[in-house]
Amino acid sequence: MKQSDLKLDGNAVAGLLREIFTVEMTSAENTCAGCGRVHPVGALQVYVNAPGVVIRCPSCEQVLMRVVRGRGRVWLDLTGTRCLELALP
Amino acid sequence: MARTAVLGRLTWQLGEVVELVEETTTVSSLVMTVPDWTGHQPGQHVDLRLTAEDGYRTQRSYSIASAPEQGRLAVTVERLDDGEVSPYLVGVVIVGDKVEFRGPIGGYFVWDETATAQPLLLVGGGSGVVPLMSMIRHRAAVNSKIPTRLLYSSRSVDDVIYRKELDQLGRGDGLSVHLTLTRTQPPGWTGFARRIDREMLQEVAWPMIDSPLAFVCGPTSFVESAAEILVSLGYDPRSVKTERFGATGG
Repeated sequence: MKQSDLKLDGNAVAGLLREIFTVEMTSAENTCAGCGRVHPVGALQVYVNAPGVVIRCPSCEQVLMRVVRGRGRVWLDLTGTRCLELALP
Repeated sequence: MARTAVLGRLTWQLGEVVELVEETTTVSSLVMTVPDWTGHQPGQHVDLRLTAEDGYRTQRSYSIASAPEQGRLAVTVERLDDGEVSPYLVGVVIVGDKVEFRGPIGGYFVWDETATAQPLLLVGGGSGVVPLMSMIRHRAAVNSKIPTRLLYSSRSVDDVIYRKELDQLGRGDGLSVHLTLTRTQPPGWTGFARRIDREMLQEVAWPMIDSPLAFVCGPTSFVESAAEILVSLGYDPRSVKTERFGATGG
């Protein structure tokens, strides 16, 4: 299988992100800390085949988020994300 | 309804399978009743979870195929022989079984016909037609007049999911259904017989002047190529919503 076939998008982690943030996150707007471009989370590149989930910018491929779960905890690395904008419930 | 469908902590719940619909030789729809179902938006999905006797758990996402108005929740599942979840859902599950799921989930790949009057272009590859079908069924259920075109790519005519229903709905008001059969075509086939390409999209897609809204769903390579072509035809990237199923599911 090619690496490109492993690519999913933000829709694939909608459940996972809602578990963490408790609100719908695929319609949130993500600003990449690398290139500054803004994309809805649903349109981000997602790879779920790593030990954790890796979310990348569709414009510059910078890693925006990494999510690792285990032992009833979650680790969320947002280094590559400058801003997340979302509607308040 | 839209708000209740996206709020609240996600919890696992049980749906009771009340009907199984064999859509093709490898694809079935599971129709479930769910106590306290809050409704959904067309395009959303659910996460389905299986637990083995030894406690091992695994889950997969499946698009909702039913319209919100239908009351019962339907998901359509393609059986992948090397999959972990789909061979159970298509082949083992029988009417009366309970299936664990959470949802509805998602807010990006959803169509809200009350928010926009943009004509709709739906592009589906294989089982990528499932969330688009929820939109089409919703459109019919609310008597929406929003002009809609579906371009749906399948390997053969026997692989076309919802064939009869699409045929029926496609004869109605404002919805046109365009099939392309990429591998084999029945004798006398007059429709498209190749993978989706620029010429095909140019022929089927709404011209830019109508400021259309597009939903593209299917295998990753299918989605990327169709979305790229639409943008090259002048579609606003923000108006081309995509959902990638990857190469396989499970």
